[in-house]
Amino acid sequence: MLDILLTRIQQKHRTISYPKGPAPELPDRFAGAPVFDPGPCAEDCGRCADVCPTRAICRAPELRVDLGRCIFCRKCEAACLENRIRFGPDYRMSVRKREHLWADGRPLQLAKSLDAAGKRLFGRSLKLRQVSAGGCNACEADVNVLGTVGWDLGRFGIQFVASPRHADGLLITGPVTANMKEALLKTYAATPAPKLVIAVGACAISGGIYSGHEQVNDGAVDILPVDLLIPGCPPHPLTILDGLLRLLGRIEKLSQNPI
Amino acid sequence: MTDITSTLFSMSNGRAADISGLNRMDMPRFQETVINGIGCGLRLAAMFAHETDAGALRLWAILARDSQSELLPLYTDCTGESYPSLTPQCPQAHWFEREIFEQWGLRPMGHPWLKPIRFQSPYRKHAAAAPTTPIGVTDFFQVSGEEVHEVAVGPVHAGIIEPGHFRFQCHGETVLHLEISLGYQHRGVERRLMNGPDSRSIHYMETLAGDTTVGHAVSYCQIMEALSETRAPQRALAVRGIGLELERIANHIGDLGALSGDVGFLPTMSYCGRIRGDALNITALLCGNRFGRGLVCPGGAGFDLDSARQAELLRRLDALESDAASAVNLLWKTSSVMARFEGTGPLTPQVCNEIGLVGFAARACGVRRDIRQDFPSGIYEYARIPISTQDSGDVLARAYVRWLEIQRAIAFIREQTAKLPDGPVREPLGGLAANRLAVSLTEGWRGEICHVAITDDQGRFRHYKICDPSFHNWFGLALALREQQISDFPLCNKSFNLSYCGHDL
Ligand code: SF4
Repeated sequence: MLDILLTRIQQKHRTISYPKGPAPELPDRFAGAPVFDPGPCAEDCGRCADVCPTRAICRAPELRVDLGRCIFCRKCEAACLENRIRFGPDYRMSVRKREHLWADGRPLQLAKSLDAAGKRLFGRSLKLRQVSAGGCNACEADVNVLGTVGWDLGRFGIQFVASPRHADGLLITGPVTANMKEALLKTYAATPAPKLVIAVGACAISGGIYSGHEQVNDGAVDILPVDLLIPGCPPHPLTILDGLLRLLGRIEKLSQNPI
Repeated sequence: MTDITSTLFSMSNGRAADISGLNRMDMPRFQETVINGIGCGLRLAAMFAHETDAGALRLWAILARDSQSELLPLYTDCTGESYPSLTPQCPQAHWFEREIFEQWGLRPMGHPWLKPIRFQSPYRKHAAAAPTTPIGVTDFFQVSGEEVHEVAVGPVHAGIIEPGHFRFQCHGETVLHLEISLGYQHRGVERRLMNGPDSRSIHYMETLAGDTTVGHAVSYCQIMEALSETRAPQRALAVRGIGLELERIANHIGDLGALSGDVGFLPTMSYCGRIRGDALNITALLCGNRFGRGLVCPGGAGFDLDSARQAELLRRLDALESDAASAVNLLWKTSSVMARFEGTGPLTPQVCNEIGLVGFAARACGVRRDIRQDFPSGIYEYARIPISTQDSGDVLARAYVRWLEIQRAIAFIREQTAKLPDGPVREPLGGLAANRLAVSLTEGWRGEICHVAITDDQGRFRHYKICDPSFHNWFGLALALREQQISDFPLCNKSFNLSYCGHDL
């Protein structure tokens, strides 16, 4: 017993103070939202699009990156001779609509909060059922980590529950494999309305690098009505937390400009 | 038994061989060799089939002779649509033969339990192909009798974990048999690697099993380097080793916490959950990503470990070590934890060898099996890491081996960081040689990761076989559950913590 108490003292209080305090520091090599240097690009270049494994880059009429497809591998950054694309430190990338995931250098339209009725329902208590539908366990792990003492998701009233019957919504990871589609739809059906759907990671949004495989459905977006999209491969826990809190209207007031 | 394999061609880990230099065996000889080899203590590291230019099916087996660091590639060309199953004499082949049947319709006659392992569509349209059924629609092994009942769990589970289906046959609380039915995570990776590599290949490797990004990426890069005769620089090998050991630490510490949670001991659960994050953040210090995406690339490493970073890594490793020690050692001092760990989910060394268990699960049965020792490649050729074993084969042994491995991984990273060789971290990759076979083994945190590539006459992948440690070990979990309380399933499951997507590919 004494050991347990001594260990408790040694392990200290570790919960981050964010969002009241500053966000935890990210590594200097972290790849967040892309930043663009003003063009123009040579018309016949296209090196970035050629190396992109997920065809996330569109060069006309202007250089844009689809964050719903991007896996943040930075191959384009390395390929560009003019340093037009860099992946910056901004972890805030969650949006409410699929088309808001196009990054073109203008500030992203970050997720707006639920309307008043939605906030009244879910704002202080949001129970989610997580469904991995072909996820590689990286998105799952970084969702899971939000439940640890370091992040303590419970302090926002957000919790993962064992049964869809107890849930206010689904948090989906993975490209939705053909073999998981039915289970996903059944889980959705078993969740009482009104319900939210959150897609986490490039796979759940677009299929990621598995897009186009006959064995997957290119994500959940075309299968279920998605209320929040959190890009990344996998998204950093801070990106996920930022998205969830924005949806619940808890950090709207914070600056929307890139950090 | 006289070992008829001792005179056969063998290759070492991470090397390529010219296929035209290998002898094709006829089917009876192939069978005899595999059965004899396994009987003499070799292991079946991989078994697979592919189509030849002539449209025939070529069956391969890669045998591993751990004691001599030798890999023996054997092959035969099948003439019909079936062959006599190896499984009755060689249980290690059972899952492989089911996989080959599902993919190619090649029927192993006499296989005791022939059914799909992934419910995937076959690689060729063929009369003999197994009919594709909707996932989960299959016969399950059933026990009947008074008070015998069946419990079905999944594919969607209670926690934040991947999907799979478990069928328990129980008598009261006691599990008589557990059948594990997977395939829900099947993403078609091996199929898409045929005719590769291409710009997606490395990313498939990094996401085969997201918690083993570095392990699979290293295996793949060794294949690419073997096929192109590229030598990754020494400094890159050290960086890869550091990445591999960080991956081991993060997963082991996370699982020790989860095991603690499964027996209701919350202090260690809470601390380890956070410390796991600290380990992931050290990986992110190296490459920006917590799972090591981009850290390893064909020809070397994607990022250098500069001196400021080395100092920061060592500083964080010290903190991690003391936090982990105080959190984990609580487990062994807490009798309520020990009472649940001890004797739960035991496997004997005999079962371990018979089914070809790998990784820490095998070492927890007292079997000294570790690629870092048996088939050292990369940095492990120059720096040895002590092998950790326990004898009891139960949850406690699997937990304790992991704790030993965490400590040894920390010491290894310190040592490698202190004497990081000078020079670049990346060498340009040459073209891939045609008509080659390359085999690459890596000791990932779960155990042996085996990749095998066969190139065609253009130097493209004719076939790329991936064998995640989970492929060998899922059956071990099923056997560990026999005669156990069904309520101990989560605990046993976590003590192995196998990958669903690594299995389903
Ligand atoms: S970082 Fe994103 S956009 Fe750039 S190459 Fe990788 S996947 Fe494509």
